[in-house]
Amino acid sequence: MPASLEPATLPRPTPALWPRLVRAVGRAIARAAAQLRRDGFALAGVTIYTVFAVVALLADVLATHDPMEILFLPTGKLAANIRPGADFLLGTTNLGRDIYSQLIHGTRSALLVGLSAAVVVASLGTVVGLVSGYFGGRIDMVMMRFADVALSLPFLPFVIVLIGFLGASINIIIMAVALLLWPNTARVIRSQVLSLRERAYVEAARVTGASTWRIMFVHIAPNILPLSFLYGSIAIGWAILTEASVSFLGFGSANVVSWGYMLQDAFASQALSRGHFNWFIPPGLCIVLVVVAGFFISRGYEEIFFPKLRD
Amino acid sequence: MAALLEADDVVKHFPVKRSLGEIATGRHPAVHAVDGISFAIESGESVGLLGESGCGKTTTGRLLLRLAVPTAGTIRFDGQDIGTLAGDDLATFRRRAQLVFQNPFEALNPRFTVLRAIAEPLVNAGVPRADHQARVVEAMRRVNLADVDQHLDKYPHQMSGGQLQRVVLARALVLEPIFLVADEPVSMLDVSVRAGILNLMRDVRQAMGLTAVYISHDLALVRYVCDRTLVMYLGKVVEDGPTEEVIRLPQHPYTQALVKAVPVPHVDQSHEPLPIKGNVPDAKNPPSGCRFRDRCPHAMARCASEEPPLREVAPRRRVACHLLAA
Ligand SMILES: Nc1ncnc2c1ncn2[C@@H]1O[C@H](COP(=O)(O)OP(=O)(O)O)[C@@H](O)[C@H]1O
Ligand SMILES: [Mg+2]
Repeated sequence: MPASLEPATLPRPTPALWPRLVRAVGRAIARAAAQLRRDGFALAGVTIYTVFAVVALLADVLATHDPMEILFLPTGKLAANIRPGADFLLGTTNLGRDIYSQLIHGTRSALLVGLSAAVVVASLGTVVGLVSGYFGGRIDMVMMRFADVALSLPFLPFVIVLIGFLGASINIIIMAVALLLWPNTARVIRSQVLSLRERAYVEAARVTGASTWRIMFVHIAPNILPLSFLYGSIAIGWAILTEASVSFLGFGSANVVSWGYMLQDAFASQALSRGHFNWFIPPGLCIVLVVVAGFFISRGYEEIFFPKLRD
Repeated sequence: MAALLEADDVVKHFPVKRSLGEIATGRHPAVHAVDGISFAIESGESVGLLGESGCGKTTTGRLLLRLAVPTAGTIRFDGQDIGTLAGDDLATFRRRAQLVFQNPFEALNPRFTVLRAIAEPLVNAGVPRADHQARVVEAMRRVNLADVDQHLDKYPHQMSGGQLQRVVLARALVLEPIFLVADEPVSMLDVSVRAGILNLMRDVRQAMGLTAVYISHDLALVRYVCDRTLVMYLGKVVEDGPTEEVIRLPQHPYTQALVKAVPVPHVDQSHEPLPIKGNVPDAKNPPSGCRFRDRCPHAMARCASEEPPLREVAPRRRVACHLLAA
């Protein structure tokens, strides 16, 4: 551990919750960073996520045009099917829209879908896993039956049927992804909790009078949060892929520019057979990158989140 | 003196997974971890629970602290049945009865500093935050953790086993309990620090006037720190009496074997195998009658058919053996 993080240098009187939390998060980040330097795959995954996050935040600055605006050349002609160049970095669509700007704005909607789904999946899965694993018995049985049902639903058909009933919107897609992915998180967390609750220090907390909630959230939860983050980060990729698939199949929301929407637009306009690679390769590549990043991170997670506590 | 703790015919069975045959025949197999034990502990006593691994010592300790609830029987602490405690009464009990763990490397949350670990009971007891540090420091002084300032912010993995066990002891003492269970308190520690921890526990117990139960498989340890000893075999108490008498004149054949195995007791003595044949029977299927009969050199026909009760054979001296029947 670097010297600046040595606990001895930190303020003494029993600290309040916030500074302690900030310290803990700081230590976790420092540990993760140290580990990342050793694991190339995880580093690549985190880098990809970071780049996309920055692009999404700065979309308005980075985009050169309004992504949905039909553009015209100075000559007054429709700027359709222009090849990549200085004016239109990745060229234009057959209706004269700027592909580069669509890609940039697509990052924003991808991130919105991905992060929201991740938050819902991680928090729902964590709470269910904790309660199920800690209390066991009937509560556990009921919750795990729900998980089985959710896991047995076919992914894409379920999302499409849901959209058919409730209408196409990003919120519905987020909800659908969350409904289908929480059981994976809950299961893994439950099995961790099953072993953690038998640990001697949990019994120690009980014998010193800690309440059930305190044991669950103060003594057990910190040990499983890394797993929640992991499953959240996998959900990011899944959610983005789902949104893209749904949009590509034409069930997407018409007024949101997303990578899936771009692919569908390109496909419907026969960009493939006309060899307009500049139109469908970039969004396809972005989807692949995001999904791969999720897998890279999950591959190296164990080292990052569960470093040996012993020196 | 009044009894602080009374166990009355306490039983603890752990159900085990049933095989298909057992489901078909409607049987419910269970591990008979503790199978009907009765004793009273007076205020200020230090009592040893002695027996081989698996005989139910830890389970007994957990029952006394209400970390497990008896399958049958009652345990009274200061006159109250601890099985029915709830709310404020349970909180009060938790302040008064504490545990020292066998393995200090496991008993401390790896994410808690020493300060937080020892302050945890204070948090749970609702002691104002402003008082925590002073009380933690006081508890650390009590267990001779010198250089308090140097240790407060350490994490468990930065300390040695002996230091960790002192932290565990400090955590148990910080609420000034009146009753302490110590489950094999030195068995996981380096031989070189065992005597130090035992001396410390003995001194602390005397200084604070604690009632204590020491759980151990080690006759020497029990002799070193306990006034009185209960010998357990397969979920039963087979002998009970003042430690020195039990060692000098063991009455139960099992106790006799235990004593023979350790002729000159020393805390760090290595152990010879017991001078009796066979192994401890399966706690799922204890033998009929006397549980020790398979291994007993004096077994008679009666031992298989009739279970010997734990009988008073002299003042403060109880033995469960047909050889001593009137
Ligand atoms: N939580 C439990 N579930 C099932 N069996 C248990 C449990 N705790 C203890 N046992 C069983 O009860 C018996 C007594 O165990 P224990 O009290 O730990 O003995 P000791 O401390 O004397 O070694 C053993 O056979 C053990 O396997
Ligand atoms: Mg034990």
